[in-house]
Amino acid sequence: MDFTFTEDQQMFAEAARSVLTAEVTADRIRERWSTASGLDLSLLQQIQELGLLGMLVPEALGGLGLGQADFVMMGQTCGYVACPEPIAEQVMVTAPLLVDVLDRGLGHGAVQTALDALQGGALVATGHPINPFINFAEQAEWFLLGHGEGLYLLPAAEVTIKPCKSVDPSRRIAEVSFEASDAHCLAKGESGATLWRSTLNRGALSTAAQLVGLAQAMIDQSVRYTTDREQFGRPVGVNQAVKHLLADVAVQIEYAKPVIYRAAYTAAISPTRADLAVSHAKVVAARAALLAARHCIQAHGAMGYTWECDLQIWVKRAWALAREWGDEGFHKNRIHEWLLRPNALLGPDLTFGRGSITDSVAA
Amino acid sequence: MDLRYTDEQIAFRGEVRGWLNANVPKKPLPSFDTAEGFEAHREWERTLAQGNWGMVTWPEDFGGRGCDLLEWLIFEEEYYRAGAPLRVNQNGIFLLGPTLMEYGTEAQKARFIPAMAKGDEIWAQGWSEPNAGSDMAAIRCRAVRDGDDFVITGQKIWSTRAVYADWVFGLFRTDPDSERHHGLSKILVPLDAKGITVRPIPQLNGLPGFAEIFFDEVRVPAFNLLGGEGEGWRIAMATAGFERGLMLRSPARFQQAAKRLVELYRSRSNEVLDPTIEDAVLRCYMDAEAYALSTYHTASLLCAGGSIGPEASCNKIFWSELDLLIHETAMKLLGARAEIEPQTAQEFADLGTWLDGFMFSQSGPIYAGTNEIQRNIIAERMLGMPRK
Ligand SMILES: Cc1cc2nc3c(=O)[nH]c(=O)nc-3n(C[C@H](O)[C@H](O)[C@H](O)COP(=O)(O)OP(=O)(O)OC[C@H]3O[C@@H](n4cnc5c(N)ncnc54)[C@H](O)[C@@H]3O)c2cc1C
Repeated sequence: MDFTFTEDQQMFAEAARSVLTAEVTADRIRERWSTASGLDLSLLQQIQELGLLGMLVPEALGGLGLGQADFVMMGQTCGYVACPEPIAEQVMVTAPLLVDVLDRGLGHGAVQTALDALQGGALVATGHPINPFINFAEQAEWFLLGHGEGLYLLPAAEVTIKPCKSVDPSRRIAEVSFEASDAHCLAKGESGATLWRSTLNRGALSTAAQLVGLAQAMIDQSVRYTTDREQFGRPVGVNQAVKHLLADVAVQIEYAKPVIYRAAYTAAISPTRADLAVSHAKVVAARAALLAARHCIQAHGAMGYTWECDLQIWVKRAWALAREWGDEGFHKNRIHEWLLRPNALLGPDLTFGRGSITDSVAA
Repeated sequence: MDLRYTDEQIAFRGEVRGWLNANVPKKPLPSFDTAEGFEAHREWERTLAQGNWGMVTWPEDFGGRGCDLLEWLIFEEEYYRAGAPLRVNQNGIFLLGPTLMEYGTEAQKARFIPAMAKGDEIWAQGWSEPNAGSDMAAIRCRAVRDGDDFVITGQKIWSTRAVYADWVFGLFRTDPDSERHHGLSKILVPLDAKGITVRPIPQLNGLPGFAEIFFDEVRVPAFNLLGGEGEGWRIAMATAGFERGLMLRSPARFQQAAKRLVELYRSRSNEVLDPTIEDAVLRCYMDAEAYALSTYHTASLLCAGGSIGPEASCNKIFWSELDLLIHETAMKLLGARAEIEPQTAQEFADLGTWLDGFMFSQSGPIYAGTNEIQRNIIAERMLGMPRK
C-alpha cells in the first residue's frame, strides 16, 4: 500500500503544470472571449507536440500508454489555470473511448482516423447523453454521440449544431443532434451501455479533478487579495471572519483530493467499484468548488462582483462544471444505491475494495 | 395580538390588486442596467405615480397615500404577487425619501420629493470609496464650503444605477481637518453637474449595474446639504437603523421567489434529485415566511410608536442568505442546464430568470454592509460581546 504519486507521475504533472501556467493566463483567457472560435490553437498545438493528447492512448496506437492516475494531477492543473480548451476531455474522455472501441474490435476505419486526428490536435467531441451540451462543438471535426444505448461516430458535416450561451464566457456550448443510422453505429445494446458507462466515469473524474483545481485557484487569489486589501488600517484578511471563509474551503479541498485519487486508481482496475468511487469524487469536488466560488466572491467584497475581477473566470467555470457529467442528484443517487444494496461491501476493511481481503482473512 | 386584517386593509389590498392587474406591463421590461431598460422602468415609475402608487407611505401632498407601514407591506405583497417591474426608483423612495421627510427643510422636500415620486429624478447612492468600503468612516471625498456653494473633489465607487441616474446622494467630508465619522455631511448632487465623470463598472453579468463617480471641483449650492453640516454620519446611521433596515428588501420579494421555487420543485419531483433539495425547498419557504412575520412584528411595533434596536442587523443577514439558498436550490433543480443564459423564448420558458437571480444573490451578502460586518454588529452591539 502506497497512496502517493510516484516520482515519474510527479515529474510528469510538473511538466504539464509549467506549460499550462505559463500559457494560460487570465488576460489570454479574456482575449479568447472575443474570438470566433474561443480557442487558443497555439496552446493546443503545444500540448499536441508534447504528446499529451495521447497520454492515455497505448503506445502501440501512438500514445504515451499512461493511466488515469497519471492524468489526474494534470486535470487539476487544467482547472487551476481555468484552461478553456477541452484538453481534459480530449485526453481523459474521448481518447480512451476511441481506444475502448478499438480494443473491442468494434466499429470501422473511421475510429482509427478519429483517434489519429485527436492525437494530431483536432477536436473530437464526446456527447454523452447525460450532458445536454457539447463544449466547442462548432470546432470539433468528429463526434462520438449517443442515441439510447447506441454509440455513433460521425464527421462534423453529419451533425446539426445549435449553439447556446453559457454563463461562462470561456465555454462555447451547443446542443448537437444527428440522425442515428447503422452506417455510423459503433456499438449498441449492452456493449454500447458499457462503453457509455465507463465514459461517464472518466468524464466525471476529469471534471472532479478540474473542480478542485478551480477551488484551489480561487483560494489562492483570495488569499492574495485579502492580504493586499486594507480596511480599518489593516489587511481585511486579518479578520477571523475572512480567514474562516477561506479556511472552510481549504478543508473541503483537502478531503476531496484523496477521494479523487482513489477514484482515478479504482476506475482503472475495478469497474464494479468505479461508480461509487467516481460519484464520491464528483460530489465532494463540486461541493468544494461551489463553496469556493461563494466564499471567494464574498472575501473580495464588491470587487468580487465585477466583470473586471479575474475571479469570475474561475467562479463561472465552477458553476458550469459542478453539474456537467452528472449533477449532485445523479451522483448521490449512485452512492445511495450502492449503500443500500443487500450485500453492499461496506466498512473499514473495504476502503480499497475486496483486494484488501484474502480468502483466509475473509473466513 | 390580533392577526386579522381590518376591513380597510382588506379593501386596500383589493384596490391595489385591481390597479396592478390593469396596469402591470404584460411583458417583462428589459433590465434597468441597460439604457433602454432604464427608460422603460422610468416610464413604469411614472405610471405608478399617476395612480399615486409610487410610495404609498408618503403624504398625499407628495404623491403618496398617507399609508402606514402595514399597508405598505400589503402593497408590496400585491406588487410582487403581480410580477410588477423592479423599482428603479428604490434608492430615492426607500432610502433618501424617508431621510428627506425626517431631516429635510420644507423647501428641500418640495424641491426633491415630487420629482422623485414622478420618476423624473432617479437617485444613486454615493457612500463607498475605493478605500472606504466596510470602513465607511474612512471617506475622503471632500466638499469644501465656498460662499453659498460646496465644491466637491474626490471619488465614489460602486454606486448602483449611477450610469443612468440623474442625482446622487451621499456622504462627503466637509471638515477637512476631521477624522473618521466626524466632519461628514450628507449632500445631494446632480450627476450632470460640471466636473463629474461617471465610469460604468460592469457587474458579474456583464451589465454596468454600478459606476465609479469622479468629482473634479463640482459646485453645488449649500441648499443641497441635507441636515446640519457635520451631521452626516448620524443621519446616515439613523436611517440605516430605521426604515432602511425595514424597507430595503421587502419580504414579499422572497415569498414570491420561494413560491416559484416550490413550483419549480413540483415540476421536477419525478426526477432523481439531490436529497438536500427537498430540505432546502422547505427551508426556503419557511424562512421567507419567518422574514415576513418578523417584518410584520416590527412594522406593528413602529406603528404603535416603538422603535427598532440593534436587532435590525439580523434582517440583512437573514434575507441575503435566504436569497442565496433560494437561488442555489433553483440552480440544483435546473441541473446541467442551469448554466444557460436564456436567449430564446423557449429557453426563457424552460429556465426563467433563475440564473440572473442567482448571480444577483451573490451580491446580497456584500452590499448594504457585508454580512461579516453585520455579524460583528450583532455580536458586539446586540449581544454585548467584547470588541477587543
Ligand atoms: C451589487 C452592489 C451594489 C452596491 N451599491 C452601492 C451603492 O449604490 N452605493 C455605495 O456607496 N456602495 C454600494 N456598494 C458597495 C458596498 O457597500 C460595499 O461593497 C461594502 O460596503 C463592502 O465594501 P468593499 O466592497 O470595499 O469590501 P471590503 O471592505 O474590502 O471587504 C472585503 C472583505 O473583507 C471583509 N471585512 C472587511 N472588514 C471586516 C471586518 N472588520 N471584520 C470582518 N470582515 C471584514 C468583508 O466582509 C469582505 O468579505 C455596492 C456593492 C455591491 C456588491
